[in-house]
Amino acid sequence: MSHLPNTQVDRGSRADEAAIRAAISSTPRPPQAGPLSAALTFAWRGMLKVKHVPEQLLDVTITPVMFVLMFTYLFGGAVAGSTAAYLDYILPGILVMSVLFTTVYSGVALNTDLTKGVVDRFRSLPIWRPSPLVGSLLGDSVRYLVAGTVIIVLGVILGYRPEAGPLGMVAALGLVVVFSFGLSWVFTTLGLVMRSPNAVMNAGFMAIFPLTFLSNVFVDPETLPSALKAFVDVNPISTLADASRGLMEGNVQGGDIVVVLAVAAALTAIFLPLTTRLYRRG
Amino acid sequence: MSDHTSLAIEASELVKSFGDTRAVDGVDLSVRRGAVYGVLGPNGAGKTTTIRMLATLTRPDGGSARVLGHDILAEGDAVRRLVSLTGQLASVDEDLTGRENLVLLGRLLGVPRLAAKQRASELLEAFGLDEAAGRLVKHYSGGMRRRLDIAASIVVTPELMFLDEPTTGLDPRSRNQVWDIIRALQAGGTTILLCTQYLEEADQLADGIAVIDKGAVIAEGTPAQLKASVGSGNLHVRLVDPEQRPEAAQALDLALGSVTLEADPAALSVSCSDADQAATAVAELSRSGVQIAGFALGQPSLDEVFLALTGHPAQVPSDPTDPTLDAEEPAA
Repeated sequence: MSHLPNTQVDRGSRADEAAIRAAISSTPRPPQAGPLSAALTFAWRGMLKVKHVPEQLLDVTITPVMFVLMFTYLFGGAVAGSTAAYLDYILPGILVMSVLFTTVYSGVALNTDLTKGVVDRFRSLPIWRPSPLVGSLLGDSVRYLVAGTVIIVLGVILGYRPEAGPLGMVAALGLVVVFSFGLSWVFTTLGLVMRSPNAVMNAGFMAIFPLTFLSNVFVDPETLPSALKAFVDVNPISTLADASRGLMEGNVQGGDIVVVLAVAAALTAIFLPLTTRLYRRG
Repeated sequence: MSDHTSLAIEASELVKSFGDTRAVDGVDLSVRRGAVYGVLGPNGAGKTTTIRMLATLTRPDGGSARVLGHDILAEGDAVRRLVSLTGQLASVDEDLTGRENLVLLGRLLGVPRLAAKQRASELLEAFGLDEAAGRLVKHYSGGMRRRLDIAASIVVTPELMFLDEPTTGLDPRSRNQVWDIIRALQAGGTTILLCTQYLEEADQLADGIAVIDKGAVIAEGTPAQLKASVGSGNLHVRLVDPEQRPEAAQALDLALGSVTLEADPAALSVSCSDADQAATAVAELSRSGVQIAGFALGQPSLDEVFLALTGHPAQVPSDPTDPTLDAEEPAA
């Protein structure tokens, strides 16, 4: 706040008692906000934060670009014989990985929020209890969309031309975002259990790194030792990567989509109530 | 049930422990509708925890309470619909602008979009925040933040408002502004539960005061009753010449009673029951030839109230102006 001479501040900022009294008496109590409306309002809050600090989008734009360029040109020749051939395999994989990594930040953001007084106000409002959480994850889903779009656009620039065309890409992106929404509930729970944003970040990446790398995101699991292959085959992230490749190439297995949606629904069903309970706990 | 409805708050035997610490140990409160009720106590006395239980943010371990006729455990939703909370940490979003904060709360409370915007403008203007409306709250001064905080609490006028140390850490001018706002709210019919560390604040605003220490109410009454039991204050006298202090001490001792010699070799203080008495004593001192550099009649501090009521001083932390100090509760 700039320092103005005192007299001027006084005149400008004096709380006007008559105006306050008028402001108090002029409000009939509106009907309670519906669950959806409350959640969307919280999503809007998330968007406003991005508007005020657009740099927040750097991690969801720069990192994916790095991943695409690095993996394609570093491993492409060695793993698949050529960068172009590897791009076909790796791009849906990087889409999955980058967006999933972004979900960890939902937990970090929630943990940061908790240190602030505003959470007490949200808790004291007559609203659907999970709405602050559902809303902020809806807002975060926009970040996931941005990250995913950056990857797909970059892939197309680098020569990625999957069979199913733009429609397949949009479908794959949609599926990845839906799965990420489910997975982020795990990290919001973590965000309410851990003591600091850094701890959430560390624990989150400690979980998501091995889970992502021990999948078929980077390599065809055929060459893996059998124990590892067994794990990779049941890892839902492998199924998500398969489904994304299938949607982009136009040969998706319906079963994969069902599994992905079921896992997302199960994660939500378990961790949404858990997160809500932890959030309410006083 | 009709006797419930005349009371805004009716709490009995509220208990809350954190680990081995009994933060609140059997608090009883009854606050009538329309009143400003002060809860006076040092940090760690259990004020914040009591407010949090009444606002349904913290579940009591024992006891019961009705807020505006609704049970805080069984009818939490009904309570939340009628109350609003201004916490000790400002309960506004620092990463949004002042206007966005108010629109956000309006929307969450069910106000339609356009009406929420109008309401925000109306409040920003009433609270002298219209010029800062578009700035992020993290750049606000402490006083502006507090005003926004209170504005946020009345986006939809609550029937009962919890104010947790609304002026801690504020400069005197901002403090006066907040006091004006509280008076205007009361005049508008809102019941206010005001937690404070300052007797002066409770004295200025409250109709009734409960003094709370170690999680329990140790005294209750009107400000006048409370002060009568404590003495109205302390007369501080500063002399031109420290050499004259023994002489002054003798004279004041005779007029008012036990004199305390302060660390400053030219200063002394004495407690007295009313201002007239103090004025007479000062006049006599002056007439007797003691040169007085200055004198002041202060209200009894929280420490003095506690000393009088409990025999031990309030354990106020070394920096009572630090608003982040809240020894009552571990981080959530």
